[in-house]
Amino acid sequence: MQSAPPAPKTHTQILRDLGRPERREAQATLSEVFAETVIDAAPVGFVLARLGPLGKPILWIQDRLSRRETGRPYLAGLPEGTEILHLEVSRPLDALWAMEEGLRCPSLGAVIGEIWGDPAVLDFTATKRLALRAEAHRVPAWIIRRAATAGLSAARDRWRVKSLPALPEPDDLRAPGEPLWQAERFRSRWSRTGTWVARPQATGLILEHGIAANEAPDRRQRA
Amino acid sequence: MTHAGKLPLPSAPHAPARRPSGARPQWRAGSDLPDRGTAPPPPLARRITAIHLPRFAMERWQRSLARRGEAPPEDIPQALATEGPHGPVIHATNRAAEEAGVAAGARVVDMRALCPELRVEYADLAGDRAALERLTLWARRWCPWTAADLSAPAAGGAAGLVMDTTGSDHLMGGEAAMLRAMEEQLSALGISASPATAPTHGAAWALARYAPPRSLCPPEALAQWVAPLPGAALRLAPQSVLLLQRLGLGRIGDLAAVPRISLARRFSRAPLAENPLLRLDQMMGRLAEPVSAGEDPPRFAVQSRLAEPVQDPTAWLPELCRELCGGLAAAGFGARRLTVSVFRTDGEVSSVSAATARASRDPDHLCRLFEGRLERIDPGFGFDLITLAAPQVEDLRAIQTRLDRREDDGAELARLIDRLAARLGPNALRRPGPAPSHIPERAESWTMAMTRPKSATGTTPAAPRPLRLLFPPEELRVLYAVPEGPPAQFVWRRLTHRVARFAGPERIAPEWWRDRPGARLRDYYRVEDQSGRRFWIFREGILGDGRGHEPAWFLHGIFG
Repeated sequence: MQSAPPAPKTHTQILRDLGRPERREAQATLSEVFAETVIDAAPVGFVLARLGPLGKPILWIQDRLSRRETGRPYLAGLPEGTEILHLEVSRPLDALWAMEEGLRCPSLGAVIGEIWGDPAVLDFTATKRLALRAEAHRVPAWIIRRAATAGLSAARDRWRVKSLPALPEPDDLRAPGEPLWQAERFRSRWSRTGTWVARPQATGLILEHGIAANEAPDRRQRA
Repeated sequence: MTHAGKLPLPSAPHAPARRPSGARPQWRAGSDLPDRGTAPPPPLARRITAIHLPRFAMERWQRSLARRGEAPPEDIPQALATEGPHGPVIHATNRAAEEAGVAAGARVVDMRALCPELRVEYADLAGDRAALERLTLWARRWCPWTAADLSAPAAGGAAGLVMDTTGSDHLMGGEAAMLRAMEEQLSALGISASPATAPTHGAAWALARYAPPRSLCPPEALAQWVAPLPGAALRLAPQSVLLLQRLGLGRIGDLAAVPRISLARRFSRAPLAENPLLRLDQMMGRLAEPVSAGEDPPRFAVQSRLAEPVQDPTAWLPELCRELCGGLAAAGFGARRLTVSVFRTDGEVSSVSAATARASRDPDHLCRLFEGRLERIDPGFGFDLITLAAPQVEDLRAIQTRLDRREDDGAELARLIDRLAARLGPNALRRPGPAPSHIPERAESWTMAMTRPKSATGTTPAAPRPLRLLFPPEELRVLYAVPEGPPAQFVWRRLTHRVARFAGPERIAPEWWRDRPGARLRDYYRVEDQSGRRFWIFREGILGDGRGHEPAWFLHGIFG
């Protein structure tokens, strides 16, 4: 008696499956996050909260400028139990190649690539390849982009994320507490676009429309 | 009692010094040792090939000139010289100079008197040695145990190679065909060579230099073959050769006929290079002299000989990988490191390696490790032999881990690591893990993903830690109300950030068992600026701690 593994689905089948609304949220695909300012780590926190607990290692690819300007991921600050494989490349082309290789490996929980600026190789074809491969192998892929403009891309979801003043710490009124982010989904293949206030939770990410102003005082207004 | 027991005879080192009979036997130096109840000497089972390169230095010099378009004419006597104790000495000559009577080892002024039109250049000894090393690598195409022949530096400057071709000759169609192939392929490189095969290193060395070309000495006729050779064939220093001639021992046969005891008495204190008895023992196989080829040849290696020189090795790799993996599977091993080498037609070898994170014998995977890397092989004007070797292997048994026919996760991940590391370098792919330290940058260790992860337990920090860590920390210009407190605002990368809220300080003391004595403590603050970005900053030291001037502020991390 033999039991062969099921044949991988074709792209047509995958897209037809995605037409069903109950499958959309669970589907692993390619998403892009743009940082409002370069030194803001909100996109990183947003991606990690969006991925939720994985139980599998993350392949984390940084190009040289991202690594030098914004530092490297720090294990003690990541959610508990996160395991990462960190790859530092010098060219954006290598980053894209490594992302494709990683998306082929189902033992990975996710593939995160940080790409600085607007390299010519990160075009529609490259993102389309990444999106199709992520959907075929069910490995979520995220591209974090800094100092970049939102040009043509095949990413299924495109976000713009920035930090908001944090929730107050209950014990210390002078201290920042749980982080809040402003997340704008400005383009999406299957979901609605809009702007939310996002905050992380143990199980994932909560997107809300607005938040009580007295809960998170916006110091900019007073400044 | 005889002196036989004092002879330096490694085949019977602990032989008794006493002989029972009173008659004094006359053992010849060339005869086999008397049977003293020990095991008989081993048969001469080895086949050693020596290649003499009589004009290596001169031909290399001529080739380098020809490459520049200044090839010297053949009919003008030409010599290369080195510095001797009394002025320059001839090192190598071309054929015209040799015919004019110029001899290696003579002083240049004497040879100028003999041959006034002699041209002399200085020899490049270091370059010759390096070229010989490269040629040695290339000569491993015939046999893996190949080394530059450095056994007789005093016996003349001519270069040579030595190889242990035991069991290798049948791959080239027998010894005669092998020697012919060696001579042909070396002459195609522009190197004149005379190879010879004999049961011992000494005999092969002598036959390559003093016997007709391509001599093949059978083990049983070793004594007859070397008997007519001159004394210089014993790899002796020139003064010892002269001494033997003065003693009337011009040939090796004469020396072998001399009683062993008198030779031993005469040369008991002479070093190896001046000791005819030891050299004769090496030649006859009574003194072991194995060929040492540097590193051990890999146990698993396959090769493919091409009929014509080609430039692209890609097409041969899948077949070689399949063949190598067949050998690995039969022996129960998996490869951790692979090397592809191409043997170029211009006498060079170039190679490229790849490593695996865990032992593997999957031909497709091993083949893919070289994808995009074979371009780094420099094929020159083509190569005609390609080898694939596994220099590092590990035990790998066939284990079934699952009932369905899928593979387990570890294997997939290891393969991904192999591919990424093969293309982008093993240092680019790292895996952070916890480390036992409370200094933030030391609290995680970044190990190469190719190595096995170490299991270490880290310390659990009391306060939240940032998502990103800058390495090294970047210095800030700060404005503060009190020197012990948090800053009111700071300038980082030429932008001013006003501190809206802060938490801290969290004091982290230096690790006195690792740090320099002057290391200062750090006070970490978690601050939020006016637009909601959260940073992790610290002040190094406190005012008046006696460890330097004003404490400096640094930005160490960014919170999400």
